[in-house]
Amino acid sequence: MKTIIFALFLSVFSGAVFSAGGHAPPMDSIDTDVSDQESLQRGLALFTNYCFACHSLEHARYERGANDLGIPNEIYEENLIFGDAKIGELMTISMSKEQASTWFGSAPPDLTLSARLRGPEWLYNYLRGFYADSKRPYGVNNVIFKDVGMPHVLADLQGVCAKPPELGVEPEVDPLSGNIVKSSGCEEYLVEGSLSPAEYDEAIYDLVNFMTYIGEPSRLQSESLGRYVLIFLAFLFVFVYFLNKEYWRGIH
Amino acid sequence: MQKLIAWIDDRLPVVEAFEKHMSKYYAPKNFNVFYFFGVLSFVVLANQLLTGIWLTMSYNPSAEAAFASVEYIMRDVEYGWLLRYLHSTGASAFFVVVYMHMFRGLLYGSYKKPRELVWIFGMTIYLALMAEAFMGYLLPWGQMSYWGAQVIVNLFGAIPGIGEDLALWIRGDYLISGITLNRFFALHVVALPIVILALVVLHVLALHEVGSNNPDGVEIKKNKDENGIPKDGIPFHPYYTVHDLVGIVVFLFVFCAVVFFFPEMGGYFIEKPNFEPANPLKTPDHIAPVWYFTPFYAILRAVPDAFLGVVAMGGAIAVLFVMPWLDRSPVKSMRYKGNLSKIALALFVIAFCILGYLGVVIATPERTFWARVLTGVYFAYFILMPWYTSVEKTKPVPERVTMR
Repeated sequence: MKTIIFALFLSVFSGAVFSAGGHAPPMDSIDTDVSDQESLQRGLALFTNYCFACHSLEHARYERGANDLGIPNEIYEENLIFGDAKIGELMTISMSKEQASTWFGSAPPDLTLSARLRGPEWLYNYLRGFYADSKRPYGVNNVIFKDVGMPHVLADLQGVCAKPPELGVEPEVDPLSGNIVKSSGCEEYLVEGSLSPAEYDEAIYDLVNFMTYIGEPSRLQSESLGRYVLIFLAFLFVFVYFLNKEYWRGIH
Repeated sequence: MQKLIAWIDDRLPVVEAFEKHMSKYYAPKNFNVFYFFGVLSFVVLANQLLTGIWLTMSYNPSAEAAFASVEYIMRDVEYGWLLRYLHSTGASAFFVVVYMHMFRGLLYGSYKKPRELVWIFGMTIYLALMAEAFMGYLLPWGQMSYWGAQVIVNLFGAIPGIGEDLALWIRGDYLISGITLNRFFALHVVALPIVILALVVLHVLALHEVGSNNPDGVEIKKNKDENGIPKDGIPFHPYYTVHDLVGIVVFLFVFCAVVFFFPEMGGYFIEKPNFEPANPLKTPDHIAPVWYFTPFYAILRAVPDAFLGVVAMGGAIAVLFVMPWLDRSPVKSMRYKGNLSKIALALFVIAFCILGYLGVVIATPERTFWARVLTGVYFAYFILMPWYTSVEKTKPVPERVTMR
């Protein structure tokens, strides 16, 4: 239903897509699903282990995430909260903005709303867009965010791509053998990672899925409540329609 | 119950007021779909007031805490996300229904004698609504809130002589700051809602004094029966109350679909850069006002000179106020006006919509060229109106309203 309604709105509001300026590089599309709890849990684990040291989620609370993702509070506290933070607290980090600016050139941004600011597609491609570049201080550059100050934190999972990966390309399949001869992403690795390219893409999918959830934790509640509201209004329409008809019968 | 009403009525004329404005207010029986948008404006106004009051309970109007308090509402306040989306979607919905309501006025000549004051009060509401929306947009303290306000307030700086001081006086600071946020908050939640409510009362009182227009532009008060009731009129209550209910439910269906399923509306209702807190040191690549201001923003950008651009933008709104005196046609409704009026209105609507699009996107030389052409079309609609409405051949207006 959501797709149909959205298509209707698009047809009304056709014309410009909201352009952010400049030419966006080609990107692979992503279809996030915030109702997939297991994916969100894997994404949360990745975020906690790889991103959370430098990036806060300062508007989100541990407990809300634990409850929404179906993780018992005790298990969450034992495994996913470092230091002496309480589960009811906001997901802040201990690194100060001043320290961070000295280390990275600019402070790593808070990521609570990154999926709403940049969009899930941007995140999905950015995190798969790192490649080796000896001119950069951390030895890597990014095809989506040129000269980004962030090191490739996920290099032990992905490895380091030798050349700028081509993203947003249609996969080409050899018609005789059925093998994929060209696909989106890194073609040649300088350093091998612990995950295969397909596994890495799935891990990033989970991470981006989690970022999408944390950007708007009310989305699922909104859609389930919204269904009842629309059904109620549809029923109400039938009543008011016939009520109006009854009153207006004599008016010509 | 009867006794209670009688008791109150002895002390306050409630029965008389109800009869005057509802059960004995005779409205033409031939209203069409365009006549829903007045009552829908009421619905949206009520929504904005109620959700606004509840948002104020959790919102913190300081530069340090405003952005975080909006996210607090979205996450930690029970149904806070619903209040906020109802309010943010309501802002856009307000302009949708008000633009349709104004278009109806242009289409059927609802601004013409004897309804000039109804139109002027309505235009003043529109002006107050723009101020209300503009100041409300600063409150989330996102990047687009901040830079949008910066751009618009700086426009006042283009006025020769007093400009810079005026802009400084509005901001209360040399750039948009927490001081500006606090005063915009006060104006948004207290001053302007009072102004808007008072104007709405005047708008309706003036309307009920002269009576509603209709798609035929026929004055129903010219044909009364032996009891002095217009032959083509029907009591507003119950006929139009039940009728409007249908429109309200349809509207709410569309409105709720947006609120619950895509409140950002692809970045048009909630702009994406606004998910980043205001940063006075970082100008966004592309500053675009919200969609309902973009036609006027396009006119502003179309004029090469800054001050003349501001004059053109102000003029584009101001010229609407004198509509009742620009239209020289002997008939009210577009149904009986000539082809020139029809073509003029069609071109005006097309120009307004395309200008709206051009105000959203980044200006290029080609787009600026079209913005200039369409700004010309926009103003030509008004400036040439005394001419084309008086030379064209109109169709005869029927004695009584038609039902179609």
